[in-house]
Amino acid sequence: MIDTSTVATHPLFGRLTLESFPYHEPIVVATFVAVVLGGIALVAALSYFRLWGYLWKEWFTTVDHKRIGIMYMVLGLIMLLRGFADAIMMRLQQAIAFGGSEGYLNAHHYDQIFTAHGVIMIFFVAMPFVTGLMNYVVPLQIGARDVSFPFLNNFSFWMTVGGAVLIMVSLFVGEFARTGWLAYPPLSNIAYSPETGVDYYIWALQIAGVGTTLSGINLICTIVKMRAPGMTMMKMPVFTWTSLCTNVLIVASFPILTATLVLLSLDRYVGTNFFTNDLGGSPMMYVNLIWIWGHPEVYILILPVFGIFSEVTSTFSGKKLFGYTSMVYATVVITILSYLVWLHHFFTMGSGASVNSFFGITTMIISIPTGAKIFNWLFTMYRGRIRFELPMMWTVAFMLTFVVGGMTGVLLAVPPADFVLHNSLFLIAHFHNVIIGGVLFGLFAGIYYWWPKAFGFRLDPFWGKVSFWCWVVGFWVAFMPLYVLGLMGVTRRLRVFEDPSLQIWFQIAAVGAVLIAAGIGAFLLQIAVSVWKRRELVDRTGDPWDGRTLEWATSSPPPDYNFAFTPMIHDNDAWWDMKKRGYKRPLGGYKAIHMPSNSGTGVILAGISVVLGFALVWYIWWLAAVSFVALLAAAIHHTFNYHRDFHIPADVVVRTENERTRLLSGQV
Amino acid sequence: MSITLTAERSRTQQAPVFHVVEEHAHPEGSSTMLGFWIYLMSDCLIFAVLFATYGVLGGNYAAGPSPKDLFDLPLVALNTAMLLFSSITYGFAMLAMEKGRVSQTQLWLAVTGLFGAAFLAIELYEFAHLIHIGATPQRSAFLSSFFTLVGTHGLHVTFGLVWLVTLMVQVNKRGLIPANRRRLMCLSLFWHFLDVIWIGVFTFVYLMGMLR
Repeated sequence: MIDTSTVATHPLFGRLTLESFPYHEPIVVATFVAVVLGGIALVAALSYFRLWGYLWKEWFTTVDHKRIGIMYMVLGLIMLLRGFADAIMMRLQQAIAFGGSEGYLNAHHYDQIFTAHGVIMIFFVAMPFVTGLMNYVVPLQIGARDVSFPFLNNFSFWMTVGGAVLIMVSLFVGEFARTGWLAYPPLSNIAYSPETGVDYYIWALQIAGVGTTLSGINLICTIVKMRAPGMTMMKMPVFTWTSLCTNVLIVASFPILTATLVLLSLDRYVGTNFFTNDLGGSPMMYVNLIWIWGHPEVYILILPVFGIFSEVTSTFSGKKLFGYTSMVYATVVITILSYLVWLHHFFTMGSGASVNSFFGITTMIISIPTGAKIFNWLFTMYRGRIRFELPMMWTVAFMLTFVVGGMTGVLLAVPPADFVLHNSLFLIAHFHNVIIGGVLFGLFAGIYYWWPKAFGFRLDPFWGKVSFWCWVVGFWVAFMPLYVLGLMGVTRRLRVFEDPSLQIWFQIAAVGAVLIAAGIGAFLLQIAVSVWKRRELVDRTGDPWDGRTLEWATSSPPPDYNFAFTPMIHDNDAWWDMKKRGYKRPLGGYKAIHMPSNSGTGVILAGISVVLGFALVWYIWWLAAVSFVALLAAAIHHTFNYHRDFHIPADVVVRTENERTRLLSGQV
Repeated sequence: MSITLTAERSRTQQAPVFHVVEEHAHPEGSSTMLGFWIYLMSDCLIFAVLFATYGVLGGNYAAGPSPKDLFDLPLVALNTAMLLFSSITYGFAMLAMEKGRVSQTQLWLAVTGLFGAAFLAIELYEFAHLIHIGATPQRSAFLSSFFTLVGTHGLHVTFGLVWLVTLMVQVNKRGLIPANRRRLMCLSLFWHFLDVIWIGVFTFVYLMGMLR
């Protein structure tokens, strides 16, 4: 199958040799040593405290949407550290590589770093964070006990982890892609990237992509089918609405990524001619396809975050959300429009004035529903009794920052301007402006908002404020210079510079990155401090912010079954409505509750997938065949298990609910 | 306005009920058909990409063979007949399932599997022949996209067959219990979906290819 004439493959090890290990790169070796030591320490600690059984039974095999949500957040946080390490390395390199200096990173290493940074930040930081929040919050907001397919949820999570593992392996075995985060051919094709980098990229994204698509299907079904009685579509909380639209986008776009990467792998493994330069292939076909996925992808990230801001703004202004209906329609319109703009990523392809005008105009139109949302939030705040708690601070920072990013986006949507700014640092500044200033700020707002729900205590506000100011100021200091540099014509992904007058801007940007590092550090410190002071920060009510939606009706953290009785909904702000109209929590009459059982199959399937991916990257064909058959066998074996549910006995429910009654009455 | 007024009135008239006392049951598998349908639509998008790629690159012969040189329409017609028959026999299996007749269901499932296997055999024969005469997937972008589109459909049929055999074993073990019925319904959707895709392949690739 493979054109083995160019690559020597060993029957047992494929193309894996001693040379595949980058022991000659001191930075990688040092990282490897640190990871190994950290790993040994972690394994030793888990063994010492006998936590393996607990982790396996209570977390790894869980089908509880809340625990899976938390695991997604942990994954996102770990990968954020990796992705940010890449970022600060780039900032440092660009700040010093002037006047004949080569900096400290060689081209081979630097190119992997900028590719890994993009891939990790989008697929393994932003996506897990967004999916994690949706997983945690949506079933609670709609008054459900779990998602539609609880096992599938566990499987989806582990597939996402599998993709992340494969990317981490590429750091120490072989190399990662040197193509940029979307791996455009012909550069990513076998002729110009014969090494393992692009193959790691492909299989990591394919494995994680299975998880993302299935989780999208799962959440759509959950929202459509599992809402509590009385919750019509137009009574759903806005976060649930934006989650629904996001998951529709996921299901309607990730298959395109899957198919596109399959075509690229056929080019690389079989020698087909989809994206080659000769025999009729067309690299621009790839660029079109990948952006038909890629543009909806950015809305997959931003829409749920718009939902978070809506919840936060209305809660912390003590008011009903202004313009609920227009908010829903704006979300739906953005969902649809996100499929009609992909070509604005490559106006310079040369499709002609008419095509470029069409896509330029559709792009500008998206700013209308987005602007409507901003005004809705402003009008919600107007005459509200605003409490500037951390989630609200992030929301205000978002509104100020995101509007700037949105406006530079409209600038880029003008094709003639884009011909000047295409692939420049102006573009880099723009999308970091909307992804950090939009998605990331929103994720922080969401984390601070729902943390007390998930763990029963608030996050320490002092370190939260330190983190907030470091992040927000750091962002502005790091990215405003890139706008300037972009306007001066500096293109992206450069490693060394000639013109000494540019250096000061890169140095300012590096200072910004250091501030962001401090922000991340303060955030981690804040979690540690809050766990330490959890008794002071405790919330016994389950409703620390005087919330409006259903997730605040239950205890913090919620019991496994979420709600002892399924709630009935009469209003958009269901919990607010219950509080206003004198809702009395039922104190008796509990019944046994039907729940799904845990399963280890998700971990096993994802583990085999990682082996399969590794074997394909290294051309270890026997291992690929064995793991493929094993994957199929394990999946089929799972279908022979018909006992997937159990009942939580009524007395357990009684005990749990009585404990809550005791906490609520303050007799602690 | 009037709606608000009605709601207000009903609020004041009766004490609101805020929770369901009788367990509001989501019967097991109540979302399965919807979920599977959405999955099929996502699969449909994969085919959409492959069709689009064939549409764009399908004329790029790179001085190699074109559809007219390669396609054997009578053979493809036979192949199409196999797949269409398999859809009909799957329908019979579902009718038998509705009546609760286990052995009849199994019989029709087996017939479906045989038709599916015949379809695959003919397709593999066609592919082998094309590769033998030098029309390989590597020869041109047209052939790359042809083999990928048709081959992906074939791969789906192969997985359908594996699934079919698995389900026959499960029906044999446990009979037509609700879980198995649900699974047979899902495979039914999958199988007919592949039929619809094939109609697209037959029309778009083979018939229109001959006109090209």
